[in-house]
Amino acid sequence: MSVSFLISQAKGVQKVIDENSAEIEVLDQKIGDGDHIFNIQRGLKLVVELEDAIKDLPLSKALNMIAMKVLSGIGGSSGALFGTFFMTMAKSSDLDKDVDFNKACEMIISGIKAMKERGKADVGEKTMMDVLLPVSDKLNELKNESEFKPGLNEVIKIAEERMLSTKDMLATKGRASFLGERAKGHIDPGARSSQLIIDTICKSVINN
Amino acid sequence: MKKFINNNDDFLKESLTGFGKAHSDIINVNLDPSFVSRKNKTKDGKVSLISGGGSGHEPMHGGFVGHGMLDAACPGFVFSAPTPDQMQAAAEHVDSGAGVLFIVKNYSGDIMNFEMGAEMYSGKNDSIITNDDVAVEDSTFTTGRRGVAATVLVEKIVGSLAENSGSLDECKKLGEKVNKNAGTMGVAFTSCTVPAAGKPTFDIGDDEMEFGVGIHGEPGRKREKIQPSKTIVGNILEAILDNLKPEKNEKNLLFVNGMGGTPLTELYLVYEDACQILQSKGVEVTKSLVGNYCTSLEMQGASITLLKCDDEILKHWDAPVHTAAMRWGM
Repeated sequence: MSVSFLISQAKGVQKVIDENSAEIEVLDQKIGDGDHIFNIQRGLKLVVELEDAIKDLPLSKALNMIAMKVLSGIGGSSGALFGTFFMTMAKSSDLDKDVDFNKACEMIISGIKAMKERGKADVGEKTMMDVLLPVSDKLNELKNESEFKPGLNEVIKIAEERMLSTKDMLATKGRASFLGERAKGHIDPGARSSQLIIDTICKSVINN
Repeated sequence: MKKFINNNDDFLKESLTGFGKAHSDIINVNLDPSFVSRKNKTKDGKVSLISGGGSGHEPMHGGFVGHGMLDAACPGFVFSAPTPDQMQAAAEHVDSGAGVLFIVKNYSGDIMNFEMGAEMYSGKNDSIITNDDVAVEDSTFTTGRRGVAATVLVEKIVGSLAENSGSLDECKKLGEKVNKNAGTMGVAFTSCTVPAAGKPTFDIGDDEMEFGVGIHGEPGRKREKIQPSKTIVGNILEAILDNLKPEKNEKNLLFVNGMGGTPLTELYLVYEDACQILQSKGVEVTKSLVGNYCTSLEMQGASITLLKCDDEILKHWDAPVHTAAMRWGM
């Protein structure tokens, strides 16, 4: 993981999220309050715009700048959660050394753990954590493998299955929780956007 | 979408700037990070009250900054929680040494961002969370009830205690009492339109209403055919009374709040219906508030809040207040 990797992934994710924005907006309007997609898009735009400011910085400083930008520029649940994610990654030790696959996995795992604590949400509550926590568990299995590309294909599959599984869940966290039975039948918008992000990054890593 | 708007990116900034100019005798507006604070510095030794939340609920919260109420308010984007740096900056700006009490509506985004803001602020601080909406039951399956219109009452009543030398602990205790003594439920006839979305948040038929709606147009208990005002008001009050169970001799404040698109004429009609129904049930109404205080953009609809009042609450309700949206006694 390097600063240029982060920038190129942000651009790739931005493209995919923009292509799927209408679908996510509708999901959020069905069971949330419709702000999720705008927050995600605003955050990605801000991060992509940071390119010139961060491209020559060490990884820890770049991650910290991304974290502060996300935290101060997005708002809503997404801003707090993704801000927490990047802030935790920035606090990882030994970022001045080469960040290999194993280290990158550990950073992502600790970032997702911090998101879980911030949002106080667990698997089965119809939120983005339904996708992120199983992905984190899988990365924990994979992190020591020398040939990780097949494993990333499994990550893609897990993210998609878990995203789809939110459809029939009753929401117990987030704004969808106020809907009770009426939230059933709709995929959680946060789970969908998280799955798209994971899908995009994994595919990009596999193909390079 | 028909709105007074130039371009979406500047929507909030332009509105806040106008708000600052219109009420320059009472408040200052700071941008980047955005917060509204009192024109006069918080006096030494006075606990500072800071609230905030997504924009689109005006006059909440910026309209409640001023003597006898809030010291600062942090507006987020429309219907999105404000960010932690706003809370940190507002706290650093207003804290006069007696500490900061954050007043937060129970929504996941608000809770998380205020939590982070409180962690980032190095001074003494505490928080209260309002959750007065009885529409969605508190159970093991939810994060709890939503914080809605009673937040206005909490800000007014705790604001008076803070103005009268209440300590951080005393302010928090009174805020929690007001929240616990209040119940709210709302109904919507039409949707609101978030400027960034450009179209209504939800579809609703000409003859339908959303019973138990939230202040972002999020669904409530059920979708129903519209009914005469007395029936709607009766159903709302039944839900609130079920929850609050006021005693026969208890005094109450009745608050009819407009969602933004319903004229005052109708809100007063709702108030009259509510008074009659409460009287028939032996519930005594001694204080009133009617108007658009906790809105949902241009949504047509209203919420009713009932607050059980003891002498402490009554005293602080009557105390002088001077803000952009609420003023009496001075």
